[in-house]
Amino acid sequence: MTGFRVAGGGPVIPNFGHVNACLKHNGWFCTAWVHEHWGDTLQPALIQHIKLTVIAVGIGFVIAFLLALVGFRWRFLHAPIGALSDFLYALPSIALFELLLPVTGITTTTILIPLIAYTLFVLYRNIVAGLDGVSAEVLESARGMGLTRRQTFFKVELPLAVPAIMGGLRVVTVSTISIATVAAFLIHYGLGAPIFDALGQPDIFRTELVAASALAVLLALAADGLLAVLQRALTPWNRVR
Amino acid sequence: MPTQAAELVFDDATKVYPGRDGAAVDHLSLTVPAGEICVLVGPSGGGKTTALKLVNRLIPLTSGYIRIDGRQIGDYDVTELRRSIGYVIQQVGLFPHMTVEANIGTVPRLLGWDRKRIHARSRELLELVGLDPDTDRRRFPSELSGGQRQRVGLARALAANPALMLMDEPFGAIDPIVRTRLQDEFLRLQQEIRKTVVFVTHDIDEAIRVGDRIAILRQGGRLAQYDTPQRILEQPVDEFVADFVGRDRALKALALRTLGELELAKPDGADGLPRLPQETNLRDALATLVAEHKNALLVLGPDGSPLGVATREDLLG
Repeated sequence: MTGFRVAGGGPVIPNFGHVNACLKHNGWFCTAWVHEHWGDTLQPALIQHIKLTVIAVGIGFVIAFLLALVGFRWRFLHAPIGALSDFLYALPSIALFELLLPVTGITTTTILIPLIAYTLFVLYRNIVAGLDGVSAEVLESARGMGLTRRQTFFKVELPLAVPAIMGGLRVVTVSTISIATVAAFLIHYGLGAPIFDALGQPDIFRTELVAASALAVLLALAADGLLAVLQRALTPWNRVR
Repeated sequence: MPTQAAELVFDDATKVYPGRDGAAVDHLSLTVPAGEICVLVGPSGGGKTTALKLVNRLIPLTSGYIRIDGRQIGDYDVTELRRSIGYVIQQVGLFPHMTVEANIGTVPRLLGWDRKRIHARSRELLELVGLDPDTDRRRFPSELSGGQRQRVGLARALAANPALMLMDEPFGAIDPIVRTRLQDEFLRLQQEIRKTVVFVTHDIDEAIRVGDRIAILRQGGRLAQYDTPQRILEQPVDEFVADFVGRDRALKALALRTLGELELAKPDGADGLPRLPQETNLRDALATLVAEHKNALLVLGPDGSPLGVATREDLLG
């Protein structure tokens, strides 16, 4: 696969041809370098990171939702599914990436599998809690008015679970953005790549470290903000108090 | 609004919960005539709510029959049955994620009414229950007071114009002042819509106020007496009923009649007597006489003109 490099390789030594005082003293944030390497380093890493996050959270949400339907419908399966998601969440991420490397190779799949696994814990529990959170009197009036079990689920329980589901999505999105940087320890991909490149320098290349880290933080804040706006739009009844 | 009401018959209706000693509802037989309010009242453990929920099959019958307009409830499709019966509960159970209008439109949507008809119906109902069709319809339940929520609950139950209404302590969670007002409004509404209503309460005063007929249930879901409020108060069948309606049952009976129903003496020489409008009930009239140390009062007509004089003896019949 092209575009992948094992971490540690690659031309990352700053170009000392230019006489730039900031770079010479390894300043914390040299705008000249950021300007020059936005296109070839930072922007591609950011886009890769967004892709990783969207795919991991998207697939994680679909799996967690299906599991939640099962755990909600057949209560005896709730505890085992919950335990499994706990177990996956407890696995150390670095170890998991390392374990998968021989199986799935140097591919985004190796990064995505652990990221997806980590989303299940929060998403599964939040979705089930949201569905369970619908009050008994609301369910009784739904039943008493002649809603079928299916209508009660789609028209009452699911919409009322949206705040809990969105809350889970926000937590998971931010944590996925953070955990995904660690994956670059093994696979040179996403915003973790420039971070590990910078750390790999004898002196630690501060500007690249700070710029890539700041991008990860800004990405997390932006994603959280976007989901918050979506949540408000989806739950107009929650706004009024 | 088209008037329709169904006759409801409990015929030996019995509910025994599995694994529990004794019945919750024990061979209950009574008929609620079409268009009347039947109040089920009794101590907790009397099976009132169970009896109510047997009707829309939220709780399945163990034995016996319940018929609506002659048709057994078991012969209906269960969702069809429930959609044709209005259901109001104490905690209201409005859908928090739906506007007032969407809540009211729940059953009409299930029945496939078109949007125009649902919209018109919800406006009509909001007006009927004393809410503002223009501003209140867009609000969410969290924006309403307890009393307003219960009005919306009532409007929602009436939406598809059911022939039968089941009301489970509908005003139980509302403060006493608003409760009295809602009871009055409900009775005024009932004058218009004439539904058959089964109304559960644990409050005998509410039962007397609201009911055309009262069914008093005792422990184990056995029917103690089924009668008009007047007869329950004046002729309780046994100790249990007499105890349940209370020592002041004679006064409660007075509250059921108004000054306008009495034969009055000519209003001559009525100077200095307390003056009361004819719709005052006899209990309040008597209280006025006691408070003012008088033996007679002057009854006023709707325009404030004197109709005649009633004495203490007249009030006590």
